[in-house]
Amino acid sequence: MNNEEFLNTVKKAILEGNKDEAVQLAQRAITEKMDLNDIIENGYIPGIQKVGQLWEEGEYFLPELIMSAECMKAAMKIMQPELEKAQIDVHSAGTVVIGTVEGDIHDIGKNLVASILSANGFDVIDLGGDVKLETFIEKAEEVSANLICLSALLTTTMTGQKKLIEILKEKGLYGRFKVMVGGAPVNQKWADDIGADGYSENALTAVSVAKKLVEK
Amino acid sequence: MIKTLRPKLELLGNELIQKIIDEAYSILENQGVFIENEEALDLFREAGMEVDASSQRVRITAKLIENSLSSTPPSLKMYDRNGEIEYLLGGDEVHFDPGSVAVTILDSETQQERKAVTNDLIRFARLTDCLEHLNFQSTGILSTDVSEIVSDSYRLYIGLLFSKKPIVTGTFRVEGFEPMHRMLVAIRGSEKNLAEKPLAIFDACPSSPLKWSNLTAQSLIDSAQVGIPSELISMGMTGATAPVTIAGTLVQHVAENLSGLVICQLAKKGAPVIFGGRPVSFDMRNGTTPIGAIETMMIDSAYAQIGKHFNLPTHSYMGMSDAKVNDAQGGFETGIGTILAALSGVNVISGAGILDFIRCQSLEKLVIDNEICGMAYRLIEGTAQRDDPIALDLFKDFAAGTQFLSMPHTRKWYRDEHTFPKLVDREPYDIWVSKGRKSITDRAKEEVESLLQKIPPLLPDKDTQKTLREIMLSDAQRNDMPSLPEIDFL
Repeated sequence: MNNEEFLNTVKKAILEGNKDEAVQLAQRAITEKMDLNDIIENGYIPGIQKVGQLWEEGEYFLPELIMSAECMKAAMKIMQPELEKAQIDVHSAGTVVIGTVEGDIHDIGKNLVASILSANGFDVIDLGGDVKLETFIEKAEEVSANLICLSALLTTTMTGQKKLIEILKEKGLYGRFKVMVGGAPVNQKWADDIGADGYSENALTAVSVAKKLVEK
Repeated sequence: MIKTLRPKLELLGNELIQKIIDEAYSILENQGVFIENEEALDLFREAGMEVDASSQRVRITAKLIENSLSSTPPSLKMYDRNGEIEYLLGGDEVHFDPGSVAVTILDSETQQERKAVTNDLIRFARLTDCLEHLNFQSTGILSTDVSEIVSDSYRLYIGLLFSKKPIVTGTFRVEGFEPMHRMLVAIRGSEKNLAEKPLAIFDACPSSPLKWSNLTAQSLIDSAQVGIPSELISMGMTGATAPVTIAGTLVQHVAENLSGLVICQLAKKGAPVIFGGRPVSFDMRNGTTPIGAIETMMIDSAYAQIGKHFNLPTHSYMGMSDAKVNDAQGGFETGIGTILAALSGVNVISGAGILDFIRCQSLEKLVIDNEICGMAYRLIEGTAQRDDPIALDLFKDFAAGTQFLSMPHTRKWYRDEHTFPKLVDREPYDIWVSKGRKSITDRAKEEVESLLQKIPPLLPDKDTQKTLREIMLSDAQRNDMPSLPEIDFL
């Protein structure tokens, strides 16, 4: 298999959401001492970009999207130590602390956002569901996060998003971390009302919102 | 007379029902459920179940499930605020109530969603009270002019003041149960009376897949102990928090509901339980939870059938829409759901008034949906043999020009055989034009105002009002809210 064929196989694995294949290819690239930067830039990333395109075109639905994102994540995880060893700096899109707020253990929407952000080059620290508000802030400080993402599915827990911003203000941390909110009962108006920096209606738009916030 | 056939919808064959139940039992026995509540875990330990303390995971034996099913009453009765009108839940009895809980109200003037305040809750409760086909009310809107901490008890407070119908409600915090229970007791006069004549149903939702949070498990226990019926609201999303196939989601639904039922029976043997739910056909494009999807309704109808197979009272969220305004989608999704639910013989059907994935309550839609519910009731009444012979006598003097309009037979039966919706448009075109080309939403808007003007609220007596207010106020004050919003009519 020449280099071009190899890159196409990588792209195909991501496109088809074939995790085993995506991981094996990453492993093979390492073993055979291929140029990892080239593999990522010209194999994995175009693969996930094509997935995004197919989504935009209405061809792919969430199951395809999420599986490809998981593939990407798994392959990157394999290559990460090698990249560090070789001191290849794969540019991180930003560091994100994400979780579902206290009292709410619904985390399907949050998982989607976490996977897709991660597939798009963000360093994602997923705190899970039912996360204490203080934990978000502690973690964000610890990892010098760019962004805190808060999800809430219940109408009763969305107020946790408001409280987090209040706590940030009290601690003088408001503005240091950008705050993005989401979840079924949440909308742009709510985000504006509570002083959140960003709101995303779905997992896909979350990527562009997050990128914009981090660039600011 | 030939007995009237009650039209009935059954989506599952017996073989499939049995297989779904078998797999649900197997999951409970082998994988178990997570229960994040110590009191519930202790109940399981006492019952000899294997409890993994660190992961809060319980495995439930088939025997315990069987015992719990056999101690759960096959039917129960709800009573109105006065304790006079009785509503049977069981068999194929059908009762409609507004869907809950909405975070917004569709503003009557702008027909746009906005946050609700106390006055909206009052209008909602009063309107529900005078709509003929809604047997129950629900605490269906959140009020934003009180602290969100007491939003559970406050909605019950308003509902109990402004409607006499039995009420479907639930807690948002463990501490919410006590004031809410006290309010119900205040209406009935004693805990014993409340247990004998339930006034409220408490909803409790497991978190799919297979988990009961501290709050919901506590609600099951607290309700069971004082005789409040618990409605088990399993809410798997196909392909997201539950298997993607309809049958697969049903397996998980049954497992989740059965685990809830066991908690209730362990807390108090014989506690009333309703086999309900709010599962959805998860939208793989938008990541949303459409209640108007036909597949959602298929899951609803099917689990209700399984609930009946267990000989339990049933509930479902049906007869509502994901539309954002009262448009054609709002009507057809509600219509399809209401009819399917009624044909499925679901005992408590929550949905009226709801738009936008249960986010929004519309009073206009509430009065429209009331008419859909009326049609559904007519449908399940079935086709009766009123006379014997059915029609031969009417044709005795048959001749050219025979008509039926002037026959006594017509006058005798037309009101029983046919219903007369008020808002549905059945006028000739020219008359419709001359009346201003009004849509059903326009007419509904007028109807809302007219009903609220015409029918004064039926409040509980002054003493009860005072007690309710004291309970509410002390709950509010405990939660840093020194006073309550002013309430008209009091």
